[in-house]
Amino acid sequence: MWADIRAEITKQVHRPAIWLLLGIAVVQTLTFAYVIPYAGYTGTTEGPVSRGLTAMLPGQFVSGAIGGLPLFVGALALIFGVLVAGGEYGWETWKTVLSQRPSRVRVYSAKLVTVAAGTAILVLALLAFSASASVVVAALADQPMTWPSIVDIVRGFGAGWLVTMMWGALGMALGIVFRGVALPIGLGLVWMLAIQNLLSSIAAPLLDWVNEVQKGLPGPNAGALVASLIGTGPPGVDPIVGGTQAGVVIVAYLVAFAVLGGWLLRRRDID
Amino acid sequence: MNPVETTKLTKNFGGTTAVKDVSLTVRPGEVYGFLGPNGAGKTTTLRMLLGLVKPTSGSVRLLGKPPGPGYLDRVGALIEGPAFYPYLSGRRNLTVLADHAGVKRSEVDAVLDTVGLTGRAGDRYSTYSLGMKQRLGLAAALVKQPELLVLDEPTNGLDPAGMADMRVTIRELAASGCTVLLSSHLLAEVEQICDRVGVITRGELVAETTVAELRAGGTLRVVAHPFDRAQTVLSALVGDERMLADDAVFDLEVEPGQASKINAELVGHGIEVSELRWREPDLEQAFLELTGGARNVG
Repeated sequence: MWADIRAEITKQVHRPAIWLLLGIAVVQTLTFAYVIPYAGYTGTTEGPVSRGLTAMLPGQFVSGAIGGLPLFVGALALIFGVLVAGGEYGWETWKTVLSQRPSRVRVYSAKLVTVAAGTAILVLALLAFSASASVVVAALADQPMTWPSIVDIVRGFGAGWLVTMMWGALGMALGIVFRGVALPIGLGLVWMLAIQNLLSSIAAPLLDWVNEVQKGLPGPNAGALVASLIGTGPPGVDPIVGGTQAGVVIVAYLVAFAVLGGWLLRRRDID
Repeated sequence: MNPVETTKLTKNFGGTTAVKDVSLTVRPGEVYGFLGPNGAGKTTTLRMLLGLVKPTSGSVRLLGKPPGPGYLDRVGALIEGPAFYPYLSGRRNLTVLADHAGVKRSEVDAVLDTVGLTGRAGDRYSTYSLGMKQRLGLAAALVKQPELLVLDEPTNGLDPAGMADMRVTIRELAASGCTVLLSSHLLAEVEQICDRVGVITRGELVAETTVAELRAGGTLRVVAHPFDRAQTVLSALVGDERMLADDAVFDLEVEPGQASKINAELVGHGIEVSELRWREPDLEQAFLELTGGARNVG
């Protein structure tokens, strides 16, 4: 099993698209959590806006790092999952791998571990870059370096990983369901960035049953889990349900997506 | 124990039967050619052997093992053309596959050398020619030092020299004790390197025999004048149903040993015999007869 994990990690580490996704996630997070807010902060004619500055200081770097996870960075995690599983169909490499010896369940498990490790690295990178950016902001604004507690950082990491891993597992399942890359990415992004937002912003305020249904959907629960740690603010971060409930729902979706992908891969023929 | 044994292997796709009751046997150390027209069910059969496609019914055993843990431990395969990760080098592709196969990474350089790819091993797979990709595919099949090789069109895309090299490699592997099951669309290739062949058409195995036996059943060609008298004599000798007559040319379905008797009879009746020779059927003719005239071999 370890050798299969090593093989999967080798495939992903040398794949340029994976590093591109990580780079986009970091740049996107720094841009919208630090660069633009700082430009707004320094560009105001009526002096510093203390509330905006506080959000950029080391004490709240966890918020900056994980605020974008439920929606935009989550979309990148979904793409990551699709690439890991769906790429094997696009290149027809399933037959090459599976005719070497390993069982389908073993290869699939290795892919899950790889996505888990990749999403963990993604969240750690966002925390590290956000912490660094907050230090720069504190230095520029001549503010004290007050850090959040280790517990808050670990909880932020845990929630962030859970959210991105859920989207990554959905990406893997979609890649296997549609046996490719393009369609799963397209449908996944349409769901995450369009349909989910339309449900929350248009349908839910008008229809009570839609409002109730969305409390069971993965996106709103991801937002609620993050909101339980950092409060509201970034798009998609809304305490629609409590943090504990959101955590349970996300774990349930994560398990369901992982089982669905594995079951389908094991059951279907490799064309 | 035969390296490959299938019993009434059947695969249905919806209402279509792609493979029906295929029972084939590949013996230890032989090179077995698997022939069939396009769409005959050849690749589906090979995929079932490797566990990529699940049989609707029937059973498979490779090296004595049924599908399950350890089933492919000593089996190498190249199915329907090589498929690798385009952004990885040839060497790293094999390294990844060695990991999946549970083989030491240090084995990779040896198989690269065997297929003659050492010089380009560090280059990206996407920059390889079709022939190099095919050779990397063979290297992937060899990385486990298999006892059984399943190769689907192994010379596809190779230039004449590459094809010759590949055939030599396959014969060497067989000589070293490795059993080879290969499909090919080149009848001449099968004739050159295979010990036995299986012919599949419309999902059914219609022959499993040696190349020599497949070519058996030749005809005696007689060219004689005058035609009418020759036809009368030959008809009396062998019967109309075993004679094909066209102008002065007769093809007779007889034993080779009857040639001298037929010649004597014709000459005895004052008929001039200008040609009398035994004609071996070529493999293509035999193949076309077995597959009902399918010309698209693949």
